[in-house]
Amino acid sequence: MQRRSFLLGGIKAVGFAAAGGIVWSAALSSSKANALSLRPPGAVVESEFLKRCIRCGLCVEACPFGTLKLSGNGDVPLGTPYFKPREVACEMCEDIPCVPICPTNALETELVSRDGKLDYRTMKMGVAVLDHETCLAYWGLRCDACYRVCPLNGEALLIELKHNERTGRHSYLLPVVDYSVCTGCGKCEQACITEKPSIFVQPREVAMGAVGKHYIQGWNPEDEGRLDVNRVIKPRDDAASELNSFEFNTDDFGGEK
Amino acid sequence: MKILILRRIVQIGLLVLFALGSFAGCKILQGDISSSLFLETIPLSDPYALLQFFASGAFVGSTAIIGGLIILGFYAIFAGRAFCAFVCPMNLITDFAAFLRRKLNIDSLGEGAGFSRKLRYWILGLSLVVSFVMGIAAFEAISPISAMYRAIVFGSGVLSAGLLGALCVFLFDLFGQKHGFCGHICPLGAFYSSISHFALLRVKYDNDKCTKCMKCKQICPEPQVLNIISKESGSVNSGECTRCGRCIEVCADYALKFSIINFAK
Repeated sequence: MQRRSFLLGGIKAVGFAAAGGIVWSAALSSSKANALSLRPPGAVVESEFLKRCIRCGLCVEACPFGTLKLSGNGDVPLGTPYFKPREVACEMCEDIPCVPICPTNALETELVSRDGKLDYRTMKMGVAVLDHETCLAYWGLRCDACYRVCPLNGEALLIELKHNERTGRHSYLLPVVDYSVCTGCGKCEQACITEKPSIFVQPREVAMGAVGKHYIQGWNPEDEGRLDVNRVIKPRDDAASELNSFEFNTDDFGGEK
Repeated sequence: MKILILRRIVQIGLLVLFALGSFAGCKILQGDISSSLFLETIPLSDPYALLQFFASGAFVGSTAIIGGLIILGFYAIFAGRAFCAFVCPMNLITDFAAFLRRKLNIDSLGEGAGFSRKLRYWILGLSLVVSFVMGIAAFEAISPISAMYRAIVFGSGVLSAGLLGALCVFLFDLFGQKHGFCGHICPLGAFYSSISHFALLRVKYDNDKCTKCMKCKQICPEPQVLNIISKESGSVNSGECTRCGRCIEVCADYALKFSIINFAK
């Protein structure tokens, strides 16, 4: 009888632990789900960032402009740093004080350095996305508020000229973002004059596609170096390979010669 | 009263220093209790948070690990579970709830919910399992202690989460169970309990002076650690003792005092 009650007690404890674990995990997965928050410069990818961030707020204290905030609501996982460019954009400090102070490498100095030196131009907090429907410049009106405040204007944000067919005598002055240069500081979003900003920063994982490693730019010597000329592609041993293995001949399909 | 006042000075003093770091740019203590920088040079980190990080498979920097070892060493070698009584902000809330329970005579209704004091060790273990499975520090993500600290140190934006967490703990301790959170639920307290077995700072008991009034056991938030009272002289050896000194202050016979244990003896 004693053994039986011991076993029952053990099963009860494990059952309780499992129930608690499931509830706990569910609460965590819902808090992890949101990938739409903009992180401080030098942040590692969001999933890894959530693992490493100890939520101490040292980066927030280091920020001299009050850009970085700690999350206090459900939109962003509790206690993690984020910023809202429409409220306060990142000023891209030369000494990037928020990054080296991170004790857990959730913000990595290497990610904002070039040749071993901190370089604000390497920041990749996000990327500015432009809504052509609501941007006044795309209506043909003269507005270059975003271009004027862009710290890297002429590189990250360009103005493209295009003939305005509607009036027949004017030019569009269209802001265009170069994703390879844009740091996602959000000065443009803060300055945009439309009611809800027509140019706004999104996390790079959200706004950008990925071409895949099997595409190689033949015109780009650096990228072409990835091409392995000695690689032999072995045919697979399946039905699809069988179809592809014989010489293609239109006769086989009853086509005309 | 002296020890109580000292505890409140340390607790509130740390909060003030952290808040000055956040609001006034004062560089004495920056960050918060999960991780901080003392005098711009010495890192300090929560070792239990780091343990969850290891379980989740996160590769954290050496700064945090050094900071964690400093804190771990301080409590494991010297202060024992004193974190709970001298540093943790939730102690202000739970002590207030315990005070109200005594004054409003809620204690006369019994202990309450009836959670076991072992539950916290289960939660401690579970937090590491959940951290491993979910790949994120499980308790850090929901900790009402961190939330409360952030609310005080960083203010406005994080205020509501911290207040709600503290309110939950307060109501649970007041109406749910006597010493409910710190004594039964909190995995951070359980962590410090489990590393405090060899700490030097202990409460020492003299059975010859004791008149067996048992006031110490009534006031103690972890009364099971006072199992030697009225039996034999010696020191309180359980890691669950928070070194809060309430028993020392309440004792009219001078039978209890702090001592640094002497292993050479």
